[in-house]
Amino acid sequence: MNKTSSVAGAPKQMTFRRSKTRLSDKIIPILLGMCALLSVVTTIGIVYTLLQESIIFFKEVPVWSFLTGTTWSPILPPKEFGVLPLLGGTLLITGIAILFAVPIGLACAIYLNEYAPARVRGVVKPVLEVLAGVPTIVYGYFALEAVTPFLQKIFPDMGIFNALSAGIVVGVMVLPMISSLSEDAMRAVPKTLRHGAYALGATRFEVALKIVLPAALSGVVSSFVLAFSRAIGETMIVTVAAGATPQLTLNPLESIQTMTSYIVQVSMGDVPRGTIEYGTIFAVGLTLFVITFLLNILAQWVARRFREEY
Amino acid sequence: MEAIIQIEKLNLYYDTYHALKNVDLDIPEKTVTAFIGPSGCGKSTLLRTLNRMNDMIPATRIEGSVRIGGTEIYGEDVHVEALRKQVGMVFQQPNPFPKSIYDNIAYGPRLHGIKSKSDLDGIVEQSLKQAALWEEVKDYLKRSALSLSGGQQQRLCIARALAVQPDILLMDEATSALDPISTLKIEELVQELKSTYTIVMVTHNMHQAARVSGQTVFFLNGEVVESASTDVLFSTPSDARTEDYISGRFG
Ligand SMILES: Nc1ncnc2c1ncn2[C@@H]1O[C@H](COP(=O)(O)OP(=O)(O)O)[C@@H](O)[C@H]1O
Ligand SMILES: [Mg+2]
Repeated sequence: MNKTSSVAGAPKQMTFRRSKTRLSDKIIPILLGMCALLSVVTTIGIVYTLLQESIIFFKEVPVWSFLTGTTWSPILPPKEFGVLPLLGGTLLITGIAILFAVPIGLACAIYLNEYAPARVRGVVKPVLEVLAGVPTIVYGYFALEAVTPFLQKIFPDMGIFNALSAGIVVGVMVLPMISSLSEDAMRAVPKTLRHGAYALGATRFEVALKIVLPAALSGVVSSFVLAFSRAIGETMIVTVAAGATPQLTLNPLESIQTMTSYIVQVSMGDVPRGTIEYGTIFAVGLTLFVITFLLNILAQWVARRFREEY
Repeated sequence: MEAIIQIEKLNLYYDTYHALKNVDLDIPEKTVTAFIGPSGCGKSTLLRTLNRMNDMIPATRIEGSVRIGGTEIYGEDVHVEALRKQVGMVFQQPNPFPKSIYDNIAYGPRLHGIKSKSDLDGIVEQSLKQAALWEEVKDYLKRSALSLSGGQQQRLCIARALAVQPDILLMDEATSALDPISTLKIEELVQELKSTYTIVMVTHNMHQAARVSGQTVFFLNGEVVESASTDVLFSTPSDARTEDYISGRFG
């Protein structure tokens, strides 16, 4: 750095070598790569197991009759393997849950974002997130012990096990997901857009509904799809509260069985390995996997399709 | 000339910070009034009291009186939404909604109950013409407003404000984010609009104030130091601080 030592007129010579190569620079990408690889390998492993066992099952039961059959009676003769009652049960529960959770979750998000003072939001949001962490078995007994008796006062001929109570409580379970993710999406909408609308004489509600919600739509709709796939996969609540009656019905007051609760039921019993009954676990599991997979693709498509730049 | 905006003994506090001190000011109708002064002296704050956008800032306290068209706007039976319909605002950063050009302009009229397609079409065309943007966008009304350049976006925001037929237009450094050519276009536009609208603009650019305004108000530390016709204020200011500021000795 001694200026006088450089030759007069010649520009200063510079090198840009690093004093020492750091080991961490080489190891960290490898470690991170291995973590990423691990999740890929796990997914492949799951698909492989599901496929391998399902193939054995589908050798005995044609895929078509599995997908279109309307009776599910895998253990008791006459044995029938039509998955539609389980699929119907799953969709009934999910439908009730979504009908319950979307309007309330959205209203929560709008309230928290546009109306609640910072103090209230500071309390409510963490509470909502705690609600999301409650073990689902607790929700299951909440449905059975609290919601069902309450609903029976309204619908006296409703049974102990029913789709309505389980569906509503699944809705309660996914509600924090919808309100929290929607609120995040709405919060990301720039303040300047709100100011623009207020300056035109919009009310809070008009700003929330016509400016903030459309601008946050991609995040909001993604939260719906996520909640949907979470509801489809929900197991304990339906096992505890919805019963174990595989039947194709739209009546929410009846007992049903979902794909997940069927898997629980069979896994808990003593079905021998290698039998066709055992194979149903994987066939139903694979069906569930495919549905969830498609929903995730839908979620990504939705997020892109509804993205409003701001 | 009759003042359309009359401000008397106005004090504004952000929590404990005294941002506007005893402001007395009359703003005449159908002229351009410019607020000048160093950054942080309260220009934007005063502008926001005129359409009550300060209401949204928590812990803001206001004392004194602001009358617009003879009505006390901080009075009991004033609807802020109705006030803001009459007192439009354009912001420093262009803030078009992430919607089509058409829907940006139609947003305000729709809020205020206009539904008929032909009425809306007429308003959109007229507002865009008033904002000197019609020729550039008339074939692309369905395109996203975000595809426009910054200068076009700002003129769109002006058109959007005009679409609800306000009497007063507030502009808070509306050209400071724009290039010189866009700035010039907006200054020309302001000249056009002043025959129909009362315009109050904040600018940190004294030359802009001198070019476009009829009245200039000089602020310092939350106080109005001097308010006079622009010619007078820039040629023979009566306060030494005004003279220091316009001759570039501070700010
Ligand atoms: N939302 C706010 N909360 C607290 N203080 C504010 C707020 N907005 C502005 N101020 C303060 O009030 C003073 C005036 O601000 P402003 O009106 O924005 O000045 P100008 O527009 O002249 O630059 C500044 O000191 C600023 O820090
Ligand atoms: Mg300002």
